[in-house]
Amino acid sequence: MPIEGLKDIVLNYVTKEYLEDDSEPLTYDTPLISGGIVDSFSMVSLKRFLENKYAISIPDEDATPEAFDSVNKVADLVERFVAKKG
Amino acid sequence: MAFSGKVRAAYQAQLKGIEDAGLFKRERFIHSPQAADIEVEFPAGSSLKKVINMCANNYLGLSSHPDVVAAAHEGLDTRGYGMSSVRFICGTQDIHRELESRVTAFLGTEDTLLFPSCMDANAGVFEAILSKDDVMISDRLVHASLIDGIRLCPAMHDTYKHSDMGHLEEKLQLHSAKRLKVAITDGVFSMDGDTAKLDAMAALCEKYDAMLLVDESHASGFIGKTGRGTHEKCGVVGKIDIITTTFGKALGGASGGCVSGRRELVELCRQRARPYLFSNTIAPVVVSGVLKVMEILSASTERRDKLEKNAAYWRKGLTEAGFVLKEGDTPIVPVMLFNAKLAQDFSLALYEEGIYAMGFFFPVVPQSQARIRTQISAGHEIHHLDRALEAFKKVGKKFDILGRTKQEIIAKYGM
Ligand SMILES: Cc1ncc(COP(=O)(O)O)c(C=O)c1O
Repeated sequence: MPIEGLKDIVLNYVTKEYLEDDSEPLTYDTPLISGGIVDSFSMVSLKRFLENKYAISIPDEDATPEAFDSVNKVADLVERFVAKKG
Repeated sequence: MAFSGKVRAAYQAQLKGIEDAGLFKRERFIHSPQAADIEVEFPAGSSLKKVINMCANNYLGLSSHPDVVAAAHEGLDTRGYGMSSVRFICGTQDIHRELESRVTAFLGTEDTLLFPSCMDANAGVFEAILSKDDVMISDRLVHASLIDGIRLCPAMHDTYKHSDMGHLEEKLQLHSAKRLKVAITDGVFSMDGDTAKLDAMAALCEKYDAMLLVDESHASGFIGKTGRGTHEKCGVVGKIDIITTTFGKALGGASGGCVSGRRELVELCRQRARPYLFSNTIAPVVVSGVLKVMEILSASTERRDKLEKNAAYWRKGLTEAGFVLKEGDTPIVPVMLFNAKLAQDFSLALYEEGIYAMGFFFPVVPQSQARIRTQISAGHEIHHLDRALEAFKKVGKKFDILGRTKQEIIAKYGM
């Protein structure tokens, strides 16, 4: 089930947290990790942000670089865990 | 035989992938001692070419200094060649401890522990002093060896935007509940040649009760009025909890590194850091050479002063010629070309002109930030720099980038 405004929340967080001021703007599909915007290390702060905001816990085996590779994919992941919460 | 044809083919495909991506690294063989003037065999098998070296970390020109070489010879004669042991079994000589004391005094810290390399120091330090209840907060552009050390440590890891003190402060607040916090940075960043804001960092660390770790590999020996490093330049000597640095660059350039800082942290490294415990330390001959380097640097600031003048001369020359440089005031002067292929072609054209300088591009630097990184040495004389400038101008003209802005270069050659 889509969460209202989720993609823009993720997009804004990634823009503020990772992008330098003179970078190209992001889209929902911009490759984040494979595109070198977010290194797989810095991903932790995005993960923590989402876990706090949506009161979920994403286990390490699900927090793969692939699952975090675009705003769309991150949104899917969050929605999956929010749905699980019931 | 487990290395079957299939396995070999898979590895060959992987290597080909690296080559196809234009990322294959080929060594250039140098047939002379490291210096401003070197003789190089490149490509492999070709006859020797005399070139000016503009890409060594030989900042102080001590790599082949006659006094250092003589001291190394003497060390070889009096302490032998190898120790055949790690430090804590029977691999520690008096001169190892003597060097640790000299480095402690030079850096203005409490104690020092030698490591086989700074890569090893960085690989071992975090795991030795932190646990899973702690957090490491690093600048996003720190050196690969710090990243590896961070990976080996169970503490949480987070990052802040390069040199962005507001972002670092946010992260210190975010992680305030952690048992221990460590902020991590390079003193001088090796790819851009810019300097960490250690004064601001030290103040933030004080405010939020965090420790501060600085890798001074590209600073020890020449940054600051007496060459102690970035902490001297920023006026925070004594406030850095852990310094890691290398003897493989300005300080003689052979090999070796260290962790220097708070007594208890250094002692914990001695008890627990795996590269210290399980690998032979710096060979006696190298220790003897570095001891001489420390003596030279403590006696006079002549070499770092000359380096500063050379670097300013070089920066001014390139700027007047119309190149786009990364701002800074260190001897690392990146000439920005933005496009990876242009950086490689430019480097080859410089080599034709007798100048050895390397192109750097993704993934070593971010996408569309390809460059030629030049590094100035106290071993350069003005005539070296003038000749190198002529070559840069000639090649710059050939590629028609002189006087062009970043946007114009990108428009011409692509990102
Ligand atoms: C910032 C930094 N730290 C550590 C190292 C590693 O030094 P060493 O050659 O002593 O392992 C380097 C060398 O490339 C470096 O640039």
